[in-house]
Amino acid sequence: MERFYEVMFIVRPDVEDADLDKLIAGFEHTVTSAGGKVRSTEKLGRRKLAYTVRKFNDGNYVLLTIDADGKLVAELERRLRVSEPVIKFITVRMDEEQKRIDKIKAIRATRKKVSAQPVAAAPVAEDTTHAETAEPVAEAASA
Amino acid sequence: MTDEITSQRTPEGGAPSSSGPRTGGPRSGGGPGGPGGRKFFRRKKVCKFCTEKIDAIPYRDVRLLQGFVAERGKIVPRRLTGVCTTHQRRLTRAIKQARNIALLPFAARY
Repeated sequence: MERFYEVMFIVRPDVEDADLDKLIAGFEHTVTSAGGKVRSTEKLGRRKLAYTVRKFNDGNYVLLTIDADGKLVAELERRLRVSEPVIKFITVRMDEEQKRIDKIKAIRATRKKVSAQPVAAAPVAEDTTHAETAEPVAEAASA
Repeated sequence: MTDEITSQRTPEGGAPSSSGPRTGGPRSGGGPGGPGGRKFFRRKKVCKFCTEKIDAIPYRDVRLLQGFVAERGKIVPRRLTGVCTTHQRRLTRAIKQARNIALLPFAARY
């Protein structure tokens, strides 16, 4: 079961672009060499921080989306904590959330297809009546 | 003996009143027998996330989150914003994550 995580970290603003790229490549290498996969890397650019972190008022935000398991994430976090240019990081687990979103989208897709079809079978008719009764109620409420 | 009865009555009296204001939904626009103060009347607000069908509330979306955060950085209660419970919980989680990554302040503007 592949879990996927979003790792966002802030790099000091006085780090140059080349060094930043090297740093990110180093983390990516950590992930791939331990059997994970990097889905995407996004550099969100320099932003003003909401509060002072280690005496810095702005920082370079980087977002890394990876497929990994727990141990790899622990290792990555250890490296982030140890590396000097990184001043803050957060790891968020996204797979359960994504599963939920996909489920909702699937339900919505079946409901939409049902209302688009002119021919309605028996179990399908229940869904259409459901949708139809929902709409007039909403119209009546707004009117 | 009468004292025992009254002391038993008060917890029961306490329980329904505490569950009443928390539900919030059924008492839309009514108020306790006629419009009293402005305490009960602002209930026509709908949950923004339910109407726009926003599933996920990402912590990265600072502009969206800032609409639910007060000036001093405090999270606005749902009776003022009209958000439903599930979305308020997700929103709170996202705001706290955003605070941790310095996208939102913990406390602002002394």
